[in-house]
Amino acid sequence: MMKSYNLILVISLMILTSCNRALKTTNLIPDPDNGGLTLPKGFKALVVAENLGRGRHIAVSENGDVYLALEELHNNHGIAALRDTNQDGRADIRAYFGNLPGTGLQIHKGYLYFAHDTCVIRYKLATSALLPDTAPETIVFGFTRQYQHSSKTIAFDNAGNLYVNVGAPSNSCQQNDRTPASRGIDPCPILEEYGGIWRFRDDVLNQTQKKDGHRFATGLRNCVAIDWNTTVNNLYVVQHGRDQLNQLFPEYYTDSDNAGLPAEEFFMLQDGDDCGWPYCYYDDQMNLKVLAPEYGGNGEMTERCAEKKDPIMAFPAHIAPNDLLFYTGSQFPKHYSNGSFIAFHGSWNRTPMNQEGFYVAFVPFNNTLPSGKWEIFANGFAGMETVNNPGDAIHRPTGLAFGTDGSLYISDSVIGTIWRIFYQ
Amino acid sequence: MIKRIILPVLLSLILHSCAEKNKPADAATDPGKEVYMKYCLACHQMDGSGVPGLYPPIRKTDWVEGDKTRLIGLLINGQQGVIIVNGKKYQGDMPSHQYLTDEQVAQVLTYIRSNYGNLADPVKPDEVAAVRNQSANPR
Repeated sequence: MMKSYNLILVISLMILTSCNRALKTTNLIPDPDNGGLTLPKGFKALVVAENLGRGRHIAVSENGDVYLALEELHNNHGIAALRDTNQDGRADIRAYFGNLPGTGLQIHKGYLYFAHDTCVIRYKLATSALLPDTAPETIVFGFTRQYQHSSKTIAFDNAGNLYVNVGAPSNSCQQNDRTPASRGIDPCPILEEYGGIWRFRDDVLNQTQKKDGHRFATGLRNCVAIDWNTTVNNLYVVQHGRDQLNQLFPEYYTDSDNAGLPAEEFFMLQDGDDCGWPYCYYDDQMNLKVLAPEYGGNGEMTERCAEKKDPIMAFPAHIAPNDLLFYTGSQFPKHYSNGSFIAFHGSWNRTPMNQEGFYVAFVPFNNTLPSGKWEIFANGFAGMETVNNPGDAIHRPTGLAFGTDGSLYISDSVIGTIWRIFYQ
Repeated sequence: MIKRIILPVLLSLILHSCAEKNKPADAATDPGKEVYMKYCLACHQMDGSGVPGLYPPIRKTDWVEGDKTRLIGLLINGQQGVIIVNGKKYQGDMPSHQYLTDEQVAQVLTYIRSNYGNLADPVKPDEVAAVRNQSANPR
């Protein structure tokens, strides 16, 4: 009798502590400078942890533990794990595990899915321990090793499918990549294996792209930012548009043209979509998909591009969308419900103009489409007003996740800072 | 006539002395900088700092100030995969620049070896030609 009473007490305490860990946002004390960020009125921020290593995508478990994928191994480990033991929002315990670096990271059905450049693996999350206590399982293996746009990123639908972004190992499918005046290969053979989103099963082990993968959408140069919108049950991605129009085709594009072209495109994807890369790019001044100069375009012709999928929204050129997150939490004001946050890593290809981006944007949504203009949600990551060289930025936002209490977590690729943003 | 020659020479002398103080030269008078602005700037940036994780810096590194043959080869043949520069990893592709003339390669390498904080000796066109011929006829 006494024993079972004790057991109930222990279980209740455990539930209470875990609730505490996850839900007590109102008690969080923000950093005096909001971790260096500027935020809309009512939003506060604190630094969860810093100097974790060059961060990529991020995931937060139900009990508030935070996981960060790393671009480079840290003491031979590729994932950082953080736990806050005293509910002040700041990590007290940090540990590392896994032996591969990578980018994609998401918690799904009790597993932590992690995408290395050539595979997707998953770790069963332990009941209470911070680190997984069993070996990982391989979900997809054997993506060809590539040295450009190699990061694999992932999303899950509600029907047992896993979507993987396979970026193109090329700028614009030229015969000689990034070489002035070199023509585009037509048709572009890269699209058979790259430059699209591939669909797999989320629980079948040892799948390969060739045998089990379904090319869900093509003509996408690189979509590091990918998310499944659970409210409307649809996949969305944001593409990194092509570089160097001015350098490769100076007869058609000035430096200033290149700083504004092409727009970064936000897509709502259906099975079978072709978004146009490498043949086309999006000009958001003309609201048109135009033919790339590698394929005979002159900045105005459209030709085959008329049939390609249009974006649902366009963003400034080169600002590098690195993560997309539809907000289904209840903590933020109604304006944010079911809208999407996008982490813009910041540009490098606007030289000789100053660089842009380095912020987290928000796009309000109504049902499947944006319901208003995009806005800058969190800024100040770069630590300076004007960024001339991308290496000057002290932080660059890269990954997004939200906790069960609805707080938004943002990771940084420069030194591995994690911010937690909440509404008070 | 003589004035026409003297003025540019004087100007380039002045600019050259500026360059030695690590101040990038004027593209209008330094053909090396002109090549840099056209073909290198996008990735290696205005201050030669590169792009973190993608394109390495060209300032204060042995890859630029060190062995000329290796540097010439890098420019002519390009380079794929991971490269470690000043202890940091970069993995953006460097395309081949074999379409530049020996003169242009020499000019741009001389320019980067004497700017961005670098203090190494010039590269001559015949040194470029030697590496190019060797790359074309591998033993």
